[in-house]
Amino acid sequence: MSEYLIKNGFVFDPTQKLKGDQADVAIKDGKIVDKVANPKVIDAKGMTVMAGALEVHAHVAGPKVNIGRIYRPEDKLFTFRPTEGSHHMEGGFSIPTTYKTGYAYARLGYTTVMEAAMPPLFARHVHEEIRDTPIIDEGAFPVFGNNWFVLEYIKNKELENTAAYIAWLLRVTKGFAVKVVNPGGTEAWGWGLNCLQIKDPVPYFDVTPEEIVKGLIEANEHLGLPHSMHIHGNNLGNPGNYTTTLDTLKLASGYKAKNKFGREQVMHHTHIQFHSYGGTKWADFESKARPVADYVNKHKNITIDVGFVTLDETTTMTADGPFEHHLTELNHLKWANADVELETAAGVVPYIYSPDVFVSGIQWAVGLEIALLSKDPMRCYITTDHPNAGPFTRYPRIMKWLMSQKARDEQIKAFKASDKVVAQSEIANIDRELTLYEIAQMTRAGPAKCLGLSGIYGGLKPGLDADVAVYDFNPEKEHKPMEIEDAFSEVKYLWKTGVPIIMDRKFVSEGKKRTLWVDAKVADNPQVMRDVKEKFVKYYTVTEKNYEVTGKHFIPNPYAIEVDATH
Amino acid sequence: MNTVTLTSKAKPELFLEADNITPDIFAGKTNEQIAALTLYEGSAKHPLGEYYDVSGSAGPTAAETRIVIKGDATRLKYVGMKMTGGEISIEGNADMYVGAWMKGGKIQVKGSVDAFAGTGMTGGEISIDGDAGNYLGAAYRGDWRGMRGGVIRVKGNAGSDLGYFMNGGTIVVGGNADVHVGTHAEGNGKIIIKGNAKSKVGGQMVGGEIYIFGDLEVPMPTFEYRKDVELEVDGTKAKFALFEGDTAERHPKRKGETVFGKIYMKY
Amino acid sequence: MTKTVTDVICPFCGTLCDDIEVVLSDDGKKIVEVMNACAIGNEKFHHSQAADRPKRPRMQQPDGSYKEVSYDEAVEFTAQMFAKSKKPLMYGWSSTNCEAQSVGHQIAELTGAVVDNTATVCHGTTLIAVQDVGIPSCTLGEIKNRADRIIYWGCNPAHAHPRHMSRYSIFPRGFFTGKGQASRKVIVVDPRPTDTSNMADYYYQVEQGRDYELLQAFRTALHGHPLPDTVAGIPKEKIYEGAEVMKSGRFGIIFFGMGVTQTLSKNHNIDAAIMLTKDLNEFSKYSIMPMRGHYNVTGSGEVLGWQFGFPYAVDLSRGIARYNPGDTTSNDLLRRGEVDAVFVIASDPGAHFPISSVKKIAKLPSVAVDPHFTPTTEICKLHVPVAFVGIECGGNAYRMDNVPIDTRKVVEPPEGMLTDEQFLEKVLHRVRELKGAA
Repeated sequence: MSEYLIKNGFVFDPTQKLKGDQADVAIKDGKIVDKVANPKVIDAKGMTVMAGALEVHAHVAGPKVNIGRIYRPEDKLFTFRPTEGSHHMEGGFSIPTTYKTGYAYARLGYTTVMEAAMPPLFARHVHEEIRDTPIIDEGAFPVFGNNWFVLEYIKNKELENTAAYIAWLLRVTKGFAVKVVNPGGTEAWGWGLNCLQIKDPVPYFDVTPEEIVKGLIEANEHLGLPHSMHIHGNNLGNPGNYTTTLDTLKLASGYKAKNKFGREQVMHHTHIQFHSYGGTKWADFESKARPVADYVNKHKNITIDVGFVTLDETTTMTADGPFEHHLTELNHLKWANADVELETAAGVVPYIYSPDVFVSGIQWAVGLEIALLSKDPMRCYITTDHPNAGPFTRYPRIMKWLMSQKARDEQIKAFKASDKVVAQSEIANIDRELTLYEIAQMTRAGPAKCLGLSGIYGGLKPGLDADVAVYDFNPEKEHKPMEIEDAFSEVKYLWKTGVPIIMDRKFVSEGKKRTLWVDAKVADNPQVMRDVKEKFVKYYTVTEKNYEVTGKHFIPNPYAIEVDATH
Repeated sequence: MNTVTLTSKAKPELFLEADNITPDIFAGKTNEQIAALTLYEGSAKHPLGEYYDVSGSAGPTAAETRIVIKGDATRLKYVGMKMTGGEISIEGNADMYVGAWMKGGKIQVKGSVDAFAGTGMTGGEISIDGDAGNYLGAAYRGDWRGMRGGVIRVKGNAGSDLGYFMNGGTIVVGGNADVHVGTHAEGNGKIIIKGNAKSKVGGQMVGGEIYIFGDLEVPMPTFEYRKDVELEVDGTKAKFALFEGDTAERHPKRKGETVFGKIYMKY
Repeated sequence: MTKTVTDVICPFCGTLCDDIEVVLSDDGKKIVEVMNACAIGNEKFHHSQAADRPKRPRMQQPDGSYKEVSYDEAVEFTAQMFAKSKKPLMYGWSSTNCEAQSVGHQIAELTGAVVDNTATVCHGTTLIAVQDVGIPSCTLGEIKNRADRIIYWGCNPAHAHPRHMSRYSIFPRGFFTGKGQASRKVIVVDPRPTDTSNMADYYYQVEQGRDYELLQAFRTALHGHPLPDTVAGIPKEKIYEGAEVMKSGRFGIIFFGMGVTQTLSKNHNIDAAIMLTKDLNEFSKYSIMPMRGHYNVTGSGEVLGWQFGFPYAVDLSRGIARYNPGDTTSNDLLRRGEVDAVFVIASDPGAHFPISSVKKIAKLPSVAVDPHFTPTTEICKLHVPVAFVGIECGGNAYRMDNVPIDTRKVVEPPEGMLTDEQFLEKVLHRVRELKGAA
């Protein structure tokens, strides 16, 4: 098979502690290797070389994403890049079409993306969209935190049953990890209610978010899954919610990660920017990034991704149904809602993060503060909770802000209520500028390790998959901030699993993407199988046999990560 | 003001898309360059010169450029799209999307227009001697921000969905209007109908004003009579009955006063 | 011994029942009996095995008769039609699977076609309303398990979605609705008394064309605002009463159909109904759901949505996707003579479009892909029969509440017959050759 040698580039690779060293990268048969015999040579002199990046949390495939697309024709107006031969047309600003999603991530140098929330009943839809997203490997996280089976098993303190159900659901939906969104609160939303604090009981099921979170952490470690429980905590978006976040983070205390994938965290808290607010109402809304970042710094069994606000008009979409209803009551923009029987819900509302509104300015500051106050870039990742805080196509802009205090100052000056933003946040006082090495930790090695995929992705160590990105950016030169954003907006070269995808900025192939899922083998559990059978007969509106995702038309190229949890 | 005249010399088999016919795009171009601009017919591309003879000359800027279109323009969509200045005169009936997303300048149509004229307009003037099709001065699909500025005048009748999601600007209809006038209007737009209206006027309206000089067949049940007022509206002095609504909607307060949509019915 | 295939998905309407059982003959070739399906579904399965079913493509002759041709000739004719066209219309899609839809989209992107589906004469107006004001909704199981207020506005499920009421909405005993029908109140709004309205606890015989006014009146009544004595022929006392019935429930659902999507006001009716649902969430928990007709019109909208960004009326002619009902919708394109070729699949515009549009199709180069003889196949230049999805081949479909269910193959198609997907793949391959884009 094909051999490539990428010579003379400045390599940033935390898996080999390369901090911009000039080094060669060799590719053979889809993997990074030490040596090649007869390669095609690419001269990367004066350029930055990194592994393909990993997106640990984005809403890119599935029913609520498509509701967003379908109900926002205006999001596509004048945005299209036309069809070019076999390269599909690309459209949509905040909710790109699946074709654009794949191409746009590839352009940024991203090669593996995790769909953040899959409602199990809609797994087929998620997989169809994943199939129609070119180039990038993808996995999807089924949601568990409001699932009737899980609520009952956890109430009854049945760890084995919880674990067996998780393993079963991951297999029938071809899912990757245990996702929890607004635990308990989204089931309460089935009645128009919510659970804002971790001790608020779920109506009828009489179990609390605290119990749900701990129960799922225990089940996750009992199974030894590659990724940890991945949580969007209660009380998202509200002033003063940082206390709920600290309560949630504390639930990880005392748990140790148990797995064969190198993962060290037991809890991944996602888009933590939305959960780090102080104040009591909008007028005194302020940043509480510091206490949250401090807690995460001190507790090494927790990882986070930020959810940076990009100051765009975007579309919010989340399984936190009650939050979305709350948001439409605030901004009065069109609201879509989709409650899912026995499982979860979703809501979609457009949102404008305007530089003229001081709350948006503070939200922007909170994200940056969290990243700049984080001591371990291997445990803090770059995301925008796409598209909630902004589209993923803004990652280069976020890099610019993280790497340049000057760029941050320019943005602060551009706020209409600049004084208020400065007074109610800390951003103006932070002068730290992240390095490219730290960015590589936050976008490559860190996310790979957190997902339990460091044996495959996230670095350029020989043996890993040959996912390689080359940017026309010389790290040894001085740069204006905008040059950082421009340079990282488009790779010059990209390989995925050793196949050239982008050569000299042109797409040359779409590769052969894979759908990652976790196949956890557990001991037979007749009780859970009986419960499953009963609920399908009595409460679901599809049959048990029609629930499972099977067939190449959904998953043409599956990549199962095996876990032996038979104990 | 320099004038470029386009004289129709051939009819397309199906239709033509003319988003390239605007003062902004013509400005600074020679007639050869104008004749080489593309008109689209589905996936087929044609040079403008194949369908129109080009005479006169363009100005150096949009504001100094006037375009006159002679001949059949009923299958010529998007004339004046996104223009920021200058003038266009269509000397007959026009097609869909006249002045869509217009920011400034003037368009005059010496006949009628089809649907979607003035979609997403933010400024400028459109003047129609004949009738207007549906969705005059409306928002693009899904956008809660509709017409925001500018003036549209129709001498004849208007179709349905006039001023949909209107936010600002003025629409004056000399004749009658079909159903759904000012649906979802917000902000401070103004719609004046000098003839009659059918029904569903001001549905879901939360701001702006609608004036009806003639009859309204079926009023919305969600507008309440307030009082009579003497007003001068577009040159006519008369007594109007003021109705406020739509009472089914949420109405915010501005400076302590609740903001409603207003419908004025002329006595 | 007969064999029974269970968990079969019925490929007829948007109810997409997946509990059908089909009893086959010994050799697995004949459908002997169909269980659990309604009369319509039952007929679809049995009719697929009718002796007079068209087995091969048929080309229209100059004298108006049809002559049998091979699939290869049909592919060639279709591909040539696409290659020569400046703006083809590819219409229908609602009675086939998502895999076929996707192949069709590739042809559309390559040839700059307009892709439109049956929503264009059905729930397209719902989609417009959703684009304007959103939609609070849920899956059908939420109704089964939680709902105690069922509102049917402008639809007649007793006739159009016969098992809807027993599987999902009125009769089932769900997790929180153990008393079934006894725990539910039913409201029906329809200008005509129907079999559905006969089941209502509260029936509103709304004046035709005044649903919009009545919906706004209900909304304002929720907050106790004043109303005129009657609205849309309904006395205001009844409107206030209805509002209280709605508010007093703990979980309500509004189902609606053509009675409001295709009568005066169209999308505005749905807009107001969606806003009523949103308002009701101030007092209780409410959702709203369109009663989609064809079993996979929802799927066509989903696939178009994720690939191009819009759910129907998608104009790809300029290499980008554009959408605007009134401009890019099939009947407007036909009315204005803007398309020069028509490809119809998995639908019957000959029966459902205005006759003026049908006359235009009859005059244009046209192809109809359909297992049946229909008014459409009898006016197109070429009729290509294909296998029945859900009976003779599987493939994904989306229910009216957007839930995806993978249909099953139960019996083999007639000897040598292609599926939609196979026919479209051959056409795509040939069009690529003709356009030098292989």
